[in-house]
Amino acid sequence: MTDFNLPELGENIAAGDVLRVLVKPGDTLKKDQPVLELETDKATIEVPSSVAGQVKEVKVKAGEKVKVGQAILSVDEAGGAATAAAPTPVAPKPEPAKAPRAEAEAPQTPPPSAAPIPKSATLEAAVAKSDKVVDISRGARAPEPVIVAASEMPAAPAAPSVRRLARELGVDVNQVSGTGDGGRISEDDVKNHAKRLVTAAARGGSAASAEPLPDFSRWGEIERQPMRAVRRKTAEHLAAAWATVPHVTQCDLADVTALEELRKKFAKQVEAAGGNLTVTAIAVKIVAAAMKVFPQFNASIDLANDEIILKKFINIGVAVDTDRGLLVPVIRNADRKNIAQIAAELSQLSEKARNRKIALEEMQGGTFSVSNLGGIGGTYFTPIVNAPEVAILGISRARVEPVWKDGQFVPRTMLPLSLSYDHRVIDGADGIRFLRWVVQAIEEPFLLALNG
Amino acid sequence: MISTQLVVVGGGPGGYAGAFLAADLGLQVVLVDPEPNPGGVCVYRGCIPSKALLHVAKVIDESRHAKGWGIEFAEPKIDLGKLRDFKNNVVKRLTGGTGQLVKARKIQYVQGWAEIVDAHNLKVKLVAGGEETVQFEHAMLATGSQPAIPPMLKVDDPRVMDSTAALDLPDIPKSLLVVGGGYIGLELGTVYATLGSAVTVVEMTPGLLPGADRDLVDVLAKRVATQMKSVLLETRVVKMTPEKAGIRVAFEGKNDPGEQVYDRVLVAVGRRPNSKIPGIDRTHVQVDQRGFIMVDEQRRTHEPSIFAIGDVVGEPMLAHKASHEARVAVEVMAGENVAFAPRAIPAVVFTDPELAWAGLTESQAQKEGRDVTVAKFPWAASGRAITLDRTDGLTKLLLDPKTERVLGVGLVGPGAGELIAEGVLAIEMGANATDLKLSIHPHPTLTETMMESAEVFFGQATHVYRPKRQKT
Repeated sequence: MTDFNLPELGENIAAGDVLRVLVKPGDTLKKDQPVLELETDKATIEVPSSVAGQVKEVKVKAGEKVKVGQAILSVDEAGGAATAAAPTPVAPKPEPAKAPRAEAEAPQTPPPSAAPIPKSATLEAAVAKSDKVVDISRGARAPEPVIVAASEMPAAPAAPSVRRLARELGVDVNQVSGTGDGGRISEDDVKNHAKRLVTAAARGGSAASAEPLPDFSRWGEIERQPMRAVRRKTAEHLAAAWATVPHVTQCDLADVTALEELRKKFAKQVEAAGGNLTVTAIAVKIVAAAMKVFPQFNASIDLANDEIILKKFINIGVAVDTDRGLLVPVIRNADRKNIAQIAAELSQLSEKARNRKIALEEMQGGTFSVSNLGGIGGTYFTPIVNAPEVAILGISRARVEPVWKDGQFVPRTMLPLSLSYDHRVIDGADGIRFLRWVVQAIEEPFLLALNG
Repeated sequence: MISTQLVVVGGGPGGYAGAFLAADLGLQVVLVDPEPNPGGVCVYRGCIPSKALLHVAKVIDESRHAKGWGIEFAEPKIDLGKLRDFKNNVVKRLTGGTGQLVKARKIQYVQGWAEIVDAHNLKVKLVAGGEETVQFEHAMLATGSQPAIPPMLKVDDPRVMDSTAALDLPDIPKSLLVVGGGYIGLELGTVYATLGSAVTVVEMTPGLLPGADRDLVDVLAKRVATQMKSVLLETRVVKMTPEKAGIRVAFEGKNDPGEQVYDRVLVAVGRRPNSKIPGIDRTHVQVDQRGFIMVDEQRRTHEPSIFAIGDVVGEPMLAHKASHEARVAVEVMAGENVAFAPRAIPAVVFTDPELAWAGLTESQAQKEGRDVTVAKFPWAASGRAITLDRTDGLTKLLLDPKTERVLGVGLVGPGAGELIAEGVLAIEMGANATDLKLSIHPHPTLTETMMESAEVFFGQATHVYRPKRQKT
């Protein structure tokens, strides 16, 4: 019997909150199989096992805080694949204070829904957390700071501890009706309110989402995997973006023959500075310059206030493919950095993203995104706008094509570009103007210095 | 070079409370302050030394009062050096204590002045000489505030003092002019008046303690009128000239007494935030027009790695607000989803009588057009107040007429500063008048006035007869 202890997770991470336990007693555990989903103040992390064998005991529960070095599982290393025997009960669930059992468990089995509404997911998770049940999915923390002028005094009759709980559950305490004397709001009132919201959201959400799934196992073997944190977050985020943003994708080709030569010529120099002179790094610089010329691409829509928010800073997100899914680290103030600096920063950020060392802060505050799939292949694609941003540039693989020039076909290296934008704020004419600007800057790098 | 998870800039009651909690939560903490120990303005030259002196003033005042009860003392002999020592020892004891707590918590204390290098680095100019750099994951700016002296009142003469200088008790001037009828001016004015100075208070607005409810201030004003030589409302100082005999002061306004010469002048017209932290412009931290660092409800500045708390982020500039904010900010850094969301921040003026309030005030309710019911209990009906021979006090509750919830509490009278804590708890817990009425309060104490105020609301106070309240 061996204990699997929480390993070192990265710099300055000493502990984390257990979001989900991904194994249960009786499971056969492989090395590197994820056993825990942990939320630290930096990011959500999956903790892979360093041992293999049969899980005998799970020593932590969702909602608990675990420290580095703390025992998580007892594993029988000898009993490997032998017994897939009788399922032992999961770690005991403490009874919630008052809530009726059936209702408490309701959020665990929402009707199947392909695209969960982000809010409901957060709530669902929060309710689960409050009741210490095992199945938990929690969204990332609140993003950018919202600067408030003065605090109003809300009227809800709730004690500080209850207000704190409400905040944690993402419930507006002013919307909760209290059952106590004088309408006072108790902890249970807040929890029940949260549960009702979850149930309502799940019902409402299912209408817009996919039909119930058939039983696929009728046609062959299937395997069910828990949706990992990054995947779930991506699913929620992209579904929301797809549902709210009217997308238009505009394509164009840029002649990169000259640029490719320059790129080869200066690659060593940039490498010495700690980066790779990639098409992506150059594209980040060009896009940042283009955004100065086309400020409506550096905007967000505030529908609630009927306003368009124009940002006076240019932060470019770059999609990075990692083994836990798509992450988008952000190059801040890209317009004020040169290509070598951008390349170096991009290398560092991608590395951090792949090593799971990236901080949440480093993935926030983007105002435009770039997604380069050219390394893998493809001609064009239709990237989804990374809302609340309003545009995204997709880059595909460059290839040599015959181009009609001066009365004859000449071989030129052509780079396919796809610009998706939010048609609510960007008109088609501006979309193509922006893309043409980018194409020309690629073809005539001098333009960058001239106009950028 | 020090590398740490949290650096706290400023060791006042906000800064050290935050640093201590962070250490308790297992973070590595560096605390930067120029003083030898944490304490800040509050402990070194604010709340604490002033309260030590006010306590002495109270003893003197009561000894004089005792004449009316048949106990007559001779006029006190005041040994100013010893009094100063008492005050200094209070400060020394408290700051020595915080110093020990720093060590016990293994917090790295760096004595010096901080300069921000960027969002993750700062430099400290050490008091002992030299420089130290600190690399941090998070920083908490807790730099506090300092006395604000308008240019017109800036006179380069040691006889024109700010609150810090006045707390040093250089002497007991025969005559003292206090510029500003706010809490600092009144507290220090009370000390000097009791020690024997003829104190004049000049205040620009029509009343003392602008912002506080008038019915409470009136009670204090009556007593202040007997303690001070005069109170000049709606009057301002236009010129101060140092002369050999004293400071010549010219006034203007409704109660202009003509030019006067005072031995000393205390300028206590307000405080301004210490937001001009060197290097702050190298970060995204933003400062508003009034000089306060802008923060969100989690006390995060525009720079994600930097938090700010206390006087430097806004009113009310009070130690207990700062320490609460600091603890919230640290919890946020530790990953908790919490926010600074108090319903009531108590304010206490430690004059005699003390004045205290929390939550909604009547003037605020009027301004906002809020419908509130006010239930007042005069201390003349309190057995305890009568035994103290101090029946001038008043307790009042501001209640929501529909839900009967306690929205605000106001108190004036000896010990009001202690009594207000119950009011804060009532407001935070969403207590209603019935809750206060049904909670048994010990007899005979001044706390009963809270309970009986609630009874007044229902027209059922044991010791007050009031016609029944009409339920609408």
